[in-house]
Amino acid sequence: MSTTRTTARTHWVAIRAMLLFTLVLGIGYTALITAIGQVAMPAQANGSVVTVDGRVVGSTLIGQSFANADGDPLPEWFQPRPSAAGDGYDAGASSGSNLGPENADLVAAIEERRAQVAAFNDVPEADIPADAVTASGSGLDPHISPAYARLQAARVAEARGLPASEVLGLVESRIQARDLGYLGEPTVNVLQLNLALAELG
Amino acid sequence: MGVLLAVLQTATLVLILALAYRPLGDYMARLYTSTEDWRVERGLYRLVGVDPRAEQSWTAYLRGVLAFSLIGVLIVYVLQRAQAVLPYSLGFPAVPEGLSFNTAASFVTNTNWQSYSPDVTMGYTVQLAGLAVQNFVSAAVGIAVAIAVVRGFARTKSGTIGNFWVDLFRGAFRLLLPLSIVAAIILIIGGVVQNFNGFTEVSTLAGNTQNLPGGPVASQEAIKELGTNGGGFFNANSAHPFENPSGWTNLVEIALMLAIPFTLPRTFGRMVGSNRQGYAILATMATLFVVSLVTISALELNGAGTAPELAGGAMEGKEQRYGILGSTLFASASTLTSTGAVNSMHDSYTALGGMMPMLNMMLGEVAPGGTGSGLYGMLVLAVIAVFIAGLLVGRTPEYLGKKIGPREIKLASLYILVTPMLVLAGTALSFAIPGVREDVETTSIWNPGVHGMSEVLYAFTSAANNNGSAFAGLTANTPWLNTALGVAMLLGRFIPIVLVLALAGSLAAQDRVPATAGTLPTSRPQFVGLLVGVTIIVTALTYFPVLTLGPLAEGLI
Repeated sequence: MSTTRTTARTHWVAIRAMLLFTLVLGIGYTALITAIGQVAMPAQANGSVVTVDGRVVGSTLIGQSFANADGDPLPEWFQPRPSAAGDGYDAGASSGSNLGPENADLVAAIEERRAQVAAFNDVPEADIPADAVTASGSGLDPHISPAYARLQAARVAEARGLPASEVLGLVESRIQARDLGYLGEPTVNVLQLNLALAELG
Repeated sequence: MGVLLAVLQTATLVLILALAYRPLGDYMARLYTSTEDWRVERGLYRLVGVDPRAEQSWTAYLRGVLAFSLIGVLIVYVLQRAQAVLPYSLGFPAVPEGLSFNTAASFVTNTNWQSYSPDVTMGYTVQLAGLAVQNFVSAAVGIAVAIAVVRGFARTKSGTIGNFWVDLFRGAFRLLLPLSIVAAIILIIGGVVQNFNGFTEVSTLAGNTQNLPGGPVASQEAIKELGTNGGGFFNANSAHPFENPSGWTNLVEIALMLAIPFTLPRTFGRMVGSNRQGYAILATMATLFVVSLVTISALELNGAGTAPELAGGAMEGKEQRYGILGSTLFASASTLTSTGAVNSMHDSYTALGGMMPMLNMMLGEVAPGGTGSGLYGMLVLAVIAVFIAGLLVGRTPEYLGKKIGPREIKLASLYILVTPMLVLAGTALSFAIPGVREDVETTSIWNPGVHGMSEVLYAFTSAANNNGSAFAGLTANTPWLNTALGVAMLLGRFIPIVLVLALAGSLAAQDRVPATAGTLPTSRPQFVGLLVGVTIIVTALTYFPVLTLGPLAEGLI
């Protein structure tokens, strides 16, 4: 067989193989996994959504903003981490800031956030944990550290006219330990904490 | 406390991989040596026009690899260009030419570099029919080439190194597909989404609106990690909670990335008839992995630099649920393989911590490296190592009973020169060509100063080594970077494949020379030490100068 004919034949085999793979691995595999997910684990497969009075208010996995239309944080809600996703917690534009460790814009942003968190919660700047002043990798981090949650308890209690001890107790009850006791960091899910808060009144 | 957590996390990972080592490695050895085809496979071979029992010379094997990959590039390119008229495209328009080329090159070469933001660029049809398919087959191609190279060592006086199509089909259908199904189900249990819902608008607790995305994410995520691909369904990649929802799914995804690369040494050992040879390769990979992991974890926990020190920790670009240690382990696994997925933003790492992913890729991704590509990369370094040892004692070097002569050493030397040349030339040209330089500096670079240089260096390192991770502040969707990085990915994948298949052909044709008292034993700790040393020295000599211009300048001055 001539080289040209061999090469042409090889490409014809490649085309047919690729079409077969597209059917089995692209379409068949995805359809199978979707069917398993939708039948056996519909809650997870559809985004772990949370409903209040039958209305979807978000997903436990996706952080959301607790600010007003101008972007100012609302004192009656626990606040999430800063976010670089769109204008903040835009679930259609997941992103980190990608600012480098010596970038002046990042340094300025951290200084501003520290001052804001300190004033907003009436705490010393030295008490503020790192997660409160840094944007996450996804911009959709649903969690904050237990330290940042505790730090906000007094402010939230005052804004809602609740006893500070009651709100702090709520925070403590919502702290999730590390997976298996040693994977990742302890977390507080902001949406779930705020949902529990809303039930308190 | 940090040390204990790091040890426990790593110990769990080691346990998972240790449990997988023998069964998975032996399974792959049987898979690629068996002459039995399933009945359904025989039907498929007929349909495609392949004789499964026909053995191929190295040139015929290579022809198959190149033809199949070329067709892959064309199909992914056409699908993107036609997106506007395809169903389930979420209303996204056709992808522009430059970006389509870059993405096609990226997914076919197992790189999965993404110049685009997937959330707003790729509809479901392109993701499934184009990208997901390549996630499977580009990994299967990598393993096939590695197996062909191992056959080169295992066979004597043979003109053939296997059948590419059979290796491809078995890898895709009998290895990657079943493991991906299991992995995808585990990930859904952990909260990874799997639907075709598009965006759902919700009114949040505070009365704002939020558009929750959907998509067939779990199915993609499974093969993305298992095939060391790394291309994310979402822009934030595995930092996105719908791709990687928790601390334990994070460890599952890391284990998936490492499963095949770390068990292929067992397959190698089985096929060359000595498990101890496999353990020596494994020990080399594991040593480099642990050293790199400990270094990056220490650097990030230390948190040096103006911004991390001001914030009280290097948490910019990291998720609370993984913490620093869950982030550095993922970053190490991702860049020591050819995965390139990220669960934290490397651009925001401390200066020296951010150098580690770069250094991992510069090692040539051999510890343990990509699916298949890691093993053949390490075997090339082993050839270099026995050659150096042979020079020291003045004997003709041999490895596994094969003489390492002028032809073999030329092929191995060319192999280790290809990626550094692409990385250094690509980076240099980005700053040397008038017009391009202005475009790179004003449009592409995100962070000012030396960190901006690091972004460009990272991009070419990632592309030429087929990794796909990025200092993601870089805007790569420009004519220069789409083209240059696309070319770097193609050359960085296929020139090494040409060279290692030529090496395989040359080795297979040889007879086996019996071991004598003067033969260097290649299954002892001494050889592991030599191989680790060779890997590090080759890398350090090549890249040290350019690293001083970027991350070393930023971190040490």
